[in-house]
Amino acid sequence: MHDSDTHDVDGTPIVDRREFLKISGAVVVSIGVGNIAEAQAPAGAGAELQRGLVSGPPDPAALDSYLAVHSNNTASIYLGYVDLGQGGPTALCQVAADELDLDFSQISIVRNDTFTSTNGFTAASRTAGIGGVETRVAAAEARRVLLGLASERLKAPVQDLTVAKGVVSVKGAPQRSVTYGELLGDKPFNRKFEPVRYDARGAATPRTNTDVAPLKSPSEYKVVGTRVPRPDMHDKVRGTYEFMQHVRVPGMLHGRVVWPQGQFAGSVTPKVVSIDESSIKDIPGVRIVRKLNFVGVAAEREWDAVRASRQLKVTWEPFAAVLPGHEGIHDSFRKGTTNDIVVFNSGDANAAFNQAGLKVASATYRGPYEAHGTMAPNCALADIKADSAMVMSSSQGIFQIRDTVAQLTGLPADKVRVQYYPGSNTYGLSCYTDVGEAAAIMSHELGKPVRVQLSRQDEFGWDNYGPAHLADMRGAIDANGKLVAFEYQAWGYDGNGVGTASRLLALGPSQGGARGGGGGARGSGGGQRGGGAAPAQGGSFVGGLYQIRISQNDMYDVPNRRLIEHRLDGRGYLKLGPLRAPLDPPYFFAQEGMIDELAYLAKLDPWEFRKRNISDRRWLGVLEAAANAAKWTPRVSASKVSSARVVTGRGIAVGTHHLQPNQGDRITYAAAVVDVEVNKDNGRVIAKHVYGAMDCGLAINPGIVESQIVGMSVHGTSLALKEELQFNQTNVTSLDWNSYQTLRFGEHPAVTPIVVQQLNEKSTGAGEEVLPAVVGAIGNAFFDATGVRLRQFPLTPRRVLAVLKSAG
Amino acid sequence: MANEVQLRVNDSMRTVTAAPDTPLLYVLTDDLALQGPRFGCGLGQCGCCSVLVDGLEVRSCITPLSRVVGKSVTTLEGLPAYYAARKKLSRVPDLHPLQEALVAEQAVQCGYCYNGQIIKGAELLFKTPQPTEAQIRTAMNGHICRCGTYPRIMAAIQRAAKAMTTTNAASTTEEVSRA
Repeated sequence: MHDSDTHDVDGTPIVDRREFLKISGAVVVSIGVGNIAEAQAPAGAGAELQRGLVSGPPDPAALDSYLAVHSNNTASIYLGYVDLGQGGPTALCQVAADELDLDFSQISIVRNDTFTSTNGFTAASRTAGIGGVETRVAAAEARRVLLGLASERLKAPVQDLTVAKGVVSVKGAPQRSVTYGELLGDKPFNRKFEPVRYDARGAATPRTNTDVAPLKSPSEYKVVGTRVPRPDMHDKVRGTYEFMQHVRVPGMLHGRVVWPQGQFAGSVTPKVVSIDESSIKDIPGVRIVRKLNFVGVAAEREWDAVRASRQLKVTWEPFAAVLPGHEGIHDSFRKGTTNDIVVFNSGDANAAFNQAGLKVASATYRGPYEAHGTMAPNCALADIKADSAMVMSSSQGIFQIRDTVAQLTGLPADKVRVQYYPGSNTYGLSCYTDVGEAAAIMSHELGKPVRVQLSRQDEFGWDNYGPAHLADMRGAIDANGKLVAFEYQAWGYDGNGVGTASRLLALGPSQGGARGGGGGARGSGGGQRGGGAAPAQGGSFVGGLYQIRISQNDMYDVPNRRLIEHRLDGRGYLKLGPLRAPLDPPYFFAQEGMIDELAYLAKLDPWEFRKRNISDRRWLGVLEAAANAAKWTPRVSASKVSSARVVTGRGIAVGTHHLQPNQGDRITYAAAVVDVEVNKDNGRVIAKHVYGAMDCGLAINPGIVESQIVGMSVHGTSLALKEELQFNQTNVTSLDWNSYQTLRFGEHPAVTPIVVQQLNEKSTGAGEEVLPAVVGAIGNAFFDATGVRLRQFPLTPRRVLAVLKSAG
Repeated sequence: MANEVQLRVNDSMRTVTAAPDTPLLYVLTDDLALQGPRFGCGLGQCGCCSVLVDGLEVRSCITPLSRVVGKSVTTLEGLPAYYAARKKLSRVPDLHPLQEALVAEQAVQCGYCYNGQIIKGAELLFKTPQPTEAQIRTAMNGHICRCGTYPRIMAAIQRAAKAMTTTNAASTTEEVSRA
């Protein structure tokens, strides 16, 4: 059953936008269910206390910041976690329902808005792990307040009360009852409490106040742990779900950016030499916005803006040919000047590798840059006025884009209101910031609301890519197939870039860190406090992730481990940004490849080898779940290599999303078994079946977790077999779905998702962890099928034919 | 230059003022405020913008307005009615059976590509009411889903095919009883 009116997980857009409009003075049209309705204040909207009247984030210690109970006995929650299409908010509603003793259908989440939402950032699998706790704690506190009010109203002690569906009654006397709505309907709680606080890295600070509402035990859950259908699905199949791309406001202009086709190295800031305005003179009414090197066009009709953006002749300063090209990226890493850091060293890896009687394997593994590849190029709408601004955006962090817009426009941050409208899949830092900046700049210049829609080429060409990866892996085992030493040496750079429009306006770190080299990413040692050869203390994006690879979350029992980071200057390379399980797919491709090589050296079945070297029951549990689902038959890999032209193989691997070291208690465990088919004549690899298992602690909604496993299995197959960003010496050349390949419908594997439910464990992330396991398992399956190891992904036909040829 | 153009969209005549080379997508989204077809690539590569023109799936982002004059355009919004007309059902269902099946399979994640997945899947089911897995893979291959929901779309198309057999049987019975 579904009721989109009372249960729109994405929020209550009309109410919210109206609330905003009272402040901004703008008039917004909501394109709703088949009609166009001008927004107007709903009856009783004023009852929403002071909510929406001042800029947030609201006081994290005020209960009203999280929840509201309405007269009709429903509740709204105001958490700062957005729906990126993966169903996270559905899970938060389930948590709130249980803790409040409401039905799922009585809870809704309000659209994320800097004037109403708490300051969440939807990334790194935080929604369930952190947002779930925040929701639970606030909801429990709210229930305690409501029961106190009911106790007074019903003249019965709290312990004599019972609650179902928001109706509080006296035990044994059900006629003595009152609803939450009657007790509090749209009035504030006016209650402070101690929330669980998290630092920027997501580590929890334990609560010290003992007078906090007790949380329910898992045995009391009624909604959590069940497969509640996602309430957004109906609108999504009907076409009534409102994406950012659908939003229009009266009087707005359609804007397009005019940027070079494909970014260049971080050290090269695009510079406009000249603009030939006569090149678009046949398109009437087009406005050109030029501010330093930012160029955009705007028109009343969208097609005029599109045509003008394609037709406007902008001469850019020639780009320096400083990139290595996608074929040369790994050699460039290897040859580059690096800052070498021993990030982690336990035991004595050097000595261990030199011990007599060990079997040692070593090999180099490579992975490409990857794009976020959003289905919808990002879009934003900005209305910048003299004293206030409104921005509609698909940012994962509405407060982040608020601050960026404030910087660009000179407005105080609290005068900039940002509302979240969902885009398509993003999986991290796609170009939502870039387009938000562009809309703000153009609206600021033109004095009208401007909607900017990036083109497919803009989105691919100016993305913050997943990092290319070069790794030297080395492992040693003893005669019993036990790991003795494991070493990971990785090459990379810190390239968490600033937004494109900011870069073109020479704002932000791209300029500050530019000494001698122009703009670019945050400079290679940007997060490396103290510099030198001392171990970096986190901070930088890629470097911070490298540090924890085999130190914190390692699943294998290895007495001697070493991690060496070779950090390059990022200015000669492309922008980077978090992309679903950042760096984990190439890392697990390498780690699980090397583990497989060691298993082969030990003449052991690859699952058996892993069992011998893992003691943690939860890692063993996901391996077993995947292997059992696949009806795993133990054998040494590549022991049944056939001389047929089309051969089959099967691989196994573990995976996770590595978190910061101090978040070690929020690990999600994943494993995958993949069956592949390799055509030796044309080099084509097909993944036939993926068995993906995941233990994310308490799976709040196992149905949603399964759908995430399905999605990650297909996405992981796409990474392993198809995706590779192309670029030449000057700029990125993957600009569309032909030049950036992704797995097609016809190529998709069957997927068997397995959720390893842990009712008494903390909920952890569920949207990233199977992905790297699938990439690793496909690499291992290829070896099983052919007896040849291909240590560079994606496993394209060209690479497959080359490696098979060189192996004879 | 902009002209007044008459279009048949979801079985009603609409008049818009637009240049004849305007891609149909911009007319549907900006002038007619439809939310089914949506911008994905502007290159005809991904399928987010798909509509049916005289029952055949086309990419509205690369189809000039002039090309659809005199033809019948069906968007996602009009699909249940179009389905009812094609199948001679006595009532317009709330959703096309494929839309129902996608909900039943809990297939959708972000849902942005689903306009095209549904339009193309519906076109397939009109042409081939009981498609094989291979036929589904071939027909749907031009529709990208970056959330990776292909396996569930596959299951939903198969589920819808089954449901439509039942519906057809039921509607035949209805026809008979009315006769």
